[in-house]
Order: sequence, then structure tokens, then C-alpha cells
Amino acid sequence: MPDLTEGFAAAFRLLFGFDADLWEIIVLSLEVNLAAVVLSCLIGLPLGGALAVYRFRGRKAVIVLVNALMGLPPVVVGLLVYLILSRSGPLGSLNILFTPGAMVIAQAILVTPIVTALTRQIIENLWQDYREQLTSLGSSRRRAIPTLLWDGRTAVLTAVLAGFGRAAAEVGAVIIVGGNIAHHTRTMTTAIALETGRGNLALALGLGIVLVTLAILLNAAAWMVRERSTPEAALVAASR
Amino acid sequence: MEAPSILPLALEDISLRHDGQQILDRINMLVARRRTTVVLGPNGAGKSMLLKVAHGLIAPDSGAVRWSGLSGAAAHARQAMVFQKPVLLNRSVLANIVHAVRLQGIARAKAVHRAHTALDYVGLGDMAVRPARSLSGGEQQRLSFARAWARDPEVLFLDEPTASLDPAASWSIEQIIVELRREGRTAILSTHDLAMARRLADDLVFLHRGRALEAGAAAQLFADPKTPELAAFLKGELHW
Repeated sequence: MPDLTEGFAAAFRLLFGFDADLWEIIVLSLEVNLAAVVLSCLIGLPLGGALAVYRFRGRKAVIVLVNALMGLPPVVVGLLVYLILSRSGPLGSLNILFTPGAMVIAQAILVTPIVTALTRQIIENLWQDYREQLTSLGSSRRRAIPTLLWDGRTAVLTAVLAGFGRAAAEVGAVIIVGGNIAHHTRTMTTAIALETGRGNLALALGLGIVLVTLAILLNAAAWMVRERSTPEAALVAASR
Repeated sequence: MEAPSILPLALEDISLRHDGQQILDRINMLVARRRTTVVLGPNGAGKSMLLKVAHGLIAPDSGAVRWSGLSGAAAHARQAMVFQKPVLLNRSVLANIVHAVRLQGIARAKAVHRAHTALDYVGLGDMAVRPARSLSGGEQQRLSFARAWARDPEVLFLDEPTASLDPAASWSIEQIIVELRREGRTAILSTHDLAMARRLADDLVFLHRGRALEAGAAAQLFADPKTPELAAFLKGELHW
């Protein structure tokens, strides 16, 4: 496999030689992913909390729908956002198709159901345990939502990290609405797709290494958060 | 304690069914001011449910809960409840009380001050920064009392507060209950512990299979039970 070993060698040269093109792509990717996750949290955390504590007609249907949206195919979301943002579409006048803004919107649509559905499950479990106590203390359901989100913060954070993982890994949506334009909307996943097709394996592998490392770091972070949140860890932390 | 009293409390013909079972059956009782009323009965008699109905956590199927002077949220704000199993937030000992006091619309600085006073009141003054869930069972229950006390309630519902505690922890909780009465607060305490009832009760309601079989001054009921059920319970021969 001379191609593969050569590819890895070239990839490491690019990475640790701080190749400008490569790092530009990495930074843009992280910016887009992060913005999409922040947007998703602004919507998904309160929405998931509300779905957990309020009882209304059609609640079950909404929960089933949100859960189903977790599996949205990225290319379909990309296509829909493309149609909405294209010049003749309803939001064509915004003129943001093929910009990072469009990519953020598309990824937020993919991530929001994940954050909402996982948050709903976490907060609903907490609410079962806390409902009588919080009601006794005079807390309304609305007031209980931030209390529950903060009390479930470690579990909620793993939900957010799951959303970030989805955003970092997907290629179908950003390639359609971003267009994979060099120095403008080229992300790690779209660049890998393009460079592999062009036979530029070094760049593709370098980006692949960064993506995999990112995934491992995210999972390690989620794992450490869970570990630290055990009662034993709390005891150790308190005795220090 | 200058606010107008919400006592006496009258429960009128309270009935509650759950899963086809009659949990509470036409209960009438009167709770007088500045006395400790003990709801005594074997396991499954409906003691917890009765307290939760009176505190407004569960709506009865029929019957009325009537406070004097105030009603609704205003009356609820003068009450607090301590549950058999403490439900504590996943934060520090102090933050648990601050959260409860802040729900009364009190500013943070004042709430923190009152929280410290409440911790001293139950002898947990040096544990303020510990994670609440790292406390022992007895300490957690004392924290529940501190949280209830910090809201300066006129009426406290105490639902088997020592049932899951060892004798030493139970003793320290009983000292707090005695102190609450000395301060002029009114407690409604449910228990199946006859010895505890004898020590603490001014008034007694004997509950058996959802019915209030006897009610009145505790000394008199202990000395001269009118029903065979209470007579058997006092002899330790009635177990459910």
C-alpha cells in the first residue's frame, strides 16, 4: 500500500507544516459547526424542556415527529434549504445561498431535532423525580425548565455534543447549500469528497485525520463529563 | 411570622381514587394553629396522599381544602413540605436553599443570607459548599428541613420524615420538629411510628384504609381509643 503510506506522510507534512489552505478549511468547518450547534441549542434546549414538562393535546405526536426528524437525510435538508434560499425561492432575496450562513442554517436544521429530542428525554426523567418537590416550592412549570436544564447539565451536554458530532460529520447538506467554493465555503467533509475525486489524497487524508481526531476528542469529552458527574466524583471534588 | 394566619385548615369530605382503589374516603379534619397534628396509621392507610392533597400537590376527586383568609397561591406560599425521601437539586447544599428562597421572589443577596441562617438552624452550617447529594441520608433530610424553614412557612407538612433514617438521624430530625413548634409553627406530620407520635402529637388523626377513624386531642385518643382498629394499632397488633 505505498499510496496510503505516502498519503499519510504527506498529510502529516501538511498538518504540522501548518499549510494555509488546510487550516483555513479546518477553521471554517469548526466555525460553521459551532454556529449551527449554538443556534440549535437556543431553540432545542427550551423546546425540549417545554415538551418535557407541559401536557397538551398532540404532545405525543410532536415528540414522535421530533424523534423522527433526528434521522433527516442531510442531502434532503440541503435540497430544501437550497430551494428556499435560491434566487427564485421564498427567501431568495436574502442572497445567502453559497455562503457560510446558508451552511449554518442547513446544519442547524439537522442538529436541532437531536438536541430537542435528547433534551426532552433527559428533562422528562428529571421532572418525574422533581415535580412534587418543585411544585411544593412554588415553582411554575415554566420556571422549572431552567432549573431542570441546569440540574441535568451533564446529560444535556452529552446531547449537545451528539449534535456537534452530527454537524461535524455531515457532507450532504453543506455541499449543496455551500457549493464547496475554495476559500469561501469549503469544509473538511466537502473538501475530502472533492480531493478524493481529484486524486489529491494527501489533503483528503490530512482532513480525515483531523475529523477523526475531533470525533475522538468529542467522545472523550462527553465521557469525562459523565465520569465527573458521578456521586463518587462529587465526593472527591468536595474533599479537595 | 407577622403575616395573617392561614389557619385553621379544614378538609371537607376529601375522597381520592387511584387505579380503581379508594385511597382516601370522605375525610374530614381540622388543623388548629400552633399545634402539631399527627396523621397516624399503618402503611398504605393513605397518609402521604392526605398530606399531598392538603398541600395542593394532588387534586382530590371530591371534597375541599379550605384555608382561612387566603387561598390559592397566596395560601400555598405560607406552606412547606418535607418528603420521606429528600429530593435535592444537583448543586451545593447552599444553592439548594437559595433556589427555594429565590422562588419566593427574594433577591439573591438576601436569599444567600437566609440560606446560611437556615443551615445553622439545622446544624449544617459548615457544609454549605458540599454537593447536596454527597451528604448522608440524615444530613440530606436536615437540609430538606432547612430548605423548608428558609421559606418561613406557617404550616409544614412532614411526610414520614424519619422513616428511612437510622435512630440517631431520626432523633436529630425530631429535635428540629420540636423546635419548629416552639417557634409557633404548625406541623402536620404523618407517621406509622407510634413512639414518635406519642412524643410529638398535640392532635391526632388515625387513618386506616383511607378513612379517618378517630380524631381529637392526642392524649385522649392514646388513653381511650374508641375503635377496635386504633386499640389494636396502639397494642402493635394492626399492621396494615
